[in-house]
This record gives sequence, C-alpha cells and structure tokens, in this order.
Amino acid sequence: MSTPRSGTYAIRSEQDVVLGRQAVRKLAQECGLRLVDQTKLVTAVSELARNAVIYGGGGDMDWTIVEEGARKGVQLVFRDTGPGIADLKQAMTDGWTSGTGLGLGLAGAKRLVDQFEIQSAPGQGTRVTITKWN
Amino acid sequence: MDRIPILRMGSFLLVTIQVDMHDQLAMTLQDDLSAKISETSAKGVLIDISALDVVDSFIGRMIGMISGLSRIMDAETVVVGMQPAVAITLVELGLTLSGVSTALDVERGMKLLRERVQSQ
Ligand SMILES: Nc1ncnc2c1ncn2[C@@H]1O[C@H](COP(=O)(O)OP(=O)(O)OP(=O)(O)O)[C@@H](O)[C@H]1O
Ligand SMILES: [Mg+2]
Repeated sequence: MSTPRSGTYAIRSEQDVVLGRQAVRKLAQECGLRLVDQTKLVTAVSELARNAVIYGGGGDMDWTIVEEGARKGVQLVFRDTGPGIADLKQAMTDGWTSGTGLGLGLAGAKRLVDQFEIQSAPGQGTRVTITKWN
Repeated sequence: MDRIPILRMGSFLLVTIQVDMHDQLAMTLQDDLSAKISETSAKGVLIDISALDVVDSFIGRMIGMISGLSRIMDAETVVVGMQPAVAITLVELGLTLSGVSTALDVERGMKLLRERVQSQ
C-alpha cells in the first residue's frame, strides 16, 4: 500500500491555519526539505491560509507531493470563493493592506517559495499555487 | 489557553508566546501587559519566542504592538530565543521588526535590559 500523494484540508478558521501549518511541516519533512526551507514553506502557508480565512471567508488547501527527476517537492493550492482581488499588482506590493495587517503576506510568501502563481478576480475568488523543492 | 502568561522577573516582565496565537489572544495580551507594566513599574519587557518554529506577519505585528506599547509606557523591549531558521525566514518575508532588540536567550536578554536601564 502506498501513502497518499495528495489531499485536501479545509481552511475555515484560525485553528485550521494552525493545523494546516502542522500538516505541511510533515509533508516538507517527508520530501526531505532542510529545516530552513521547511520553515519558509510553513511560513508561506501561514500567510496564505490566514488570507483565505480573513479575506476569502474560508477556503481549502490542496496538497500534492511532486517529483521531477530526483527532486521532490510540496505543491499547495489555496483556493477560496471569497470576493477576490481587484488589483493584483497592488495586493502583491510590500506593505499594502486593505485591513490592519502589515501587507507582507502575499509578497513575502512569493519570496519564500520556489514557484508562486496567483489567480484572482472580483467575484471569482482567489487561487494561489506555490511549490517548494528539496 | 485563553491568556498569555506574563511573569515578573525583578523589574522586568517576561511574556512567553506560544504557537497558537490568534487575534483575540493578541488583544487580551495588549490589555494585560499595559495593566502589568503600570502595576509593577516594569522597566523592560522580554518576549520569549523560543517555542515558535514559525513567525509570520501576524506574530510580527504582535511583537511590534508589544514594543510600541512598552515604549509609550517607558519600558524597553527585547525579543529572545528566535530560532535561526526563523530569523533567516523573517528576512525573506520582509519583516524587519524595526526598533526591536534581540538576544539569544532570556539570560542575555535580561543583561541587555539591565545595561539599557542603567545607562538611562
Ligand atoms: N484570499 C484573498 N481574498 C481576497 N483578498 C485578499 C486575499 N488575500 C489577500 N487579499 C488582499 O490582498 C491584500 C494584501 O494581502 P497580504 O497578505 O499581502 O497583506 P495583509 O493580509 O493585508 O497583511 P499581513 O499578511 O501582512 O498580515 C489584503 O489586505 C487583501 O485586501
Ligand atoms: Mg495576509
């Protein structure tokens, strides 16, 4: 029997953000990411999951263990059906927040991972895909 | 846990932040801490984050909030026990914690605070 290579976690509350972080830490360890890279990935998870809860009204996190030749990595998709983001460029700017945050979550998460892709439009929710390789 | 413990250590206060922080807890801490600083006339606040294997922008905002509050009440703030992987990650996240001093552990943090208070 092989272990599952993908799955989904519901991200509806602050508590789910904590559980999501713990789950991704395990996946990152399984993929052989070194401690600093685990920490970077888990920090990105914290930012994106919290955004999904606060701004997206809750969402889901899909995870997949990806392989490319000898490399292994964790790919995560954060998706919500919230209001979406009208101005993506603005939202991705360091220090820009529509609320009371530091405005670091999106731009910071992008720097912390190897691949980052965001899709969002008003009324169509938000979808962020990130990958971190070992 | 619905409160962050604040311990008194001589003329300083020690706040130990655990992993599961959320907004309500941060608000409560703000109130508790300002009450405690005025009650004890504390000259310094140590924020121990050695239990945290992740520091995100939310925790960063809270550390900034504590240090701003302390400053207003004439107390110094030192963050102690930051794990190396966390420190490296913070730089890339873009969190500068400007105006906040750091020390390796509580003991060194106390020493730093004592020096600061004496030189005032
Ligand atoms: N899932 C989402 N749905 C709708 N809007 C979002 C979503 N994620 C982010 N945003 C918007 O993008 C802005 C920037 O997000 P970012 O995470 O960079 O900063 P923040 O959440 O405001 O502050 P911080 O993350 O530093 O606490 C948010 O203020 C919000 O307006
Ligand atoms: Mg955010």
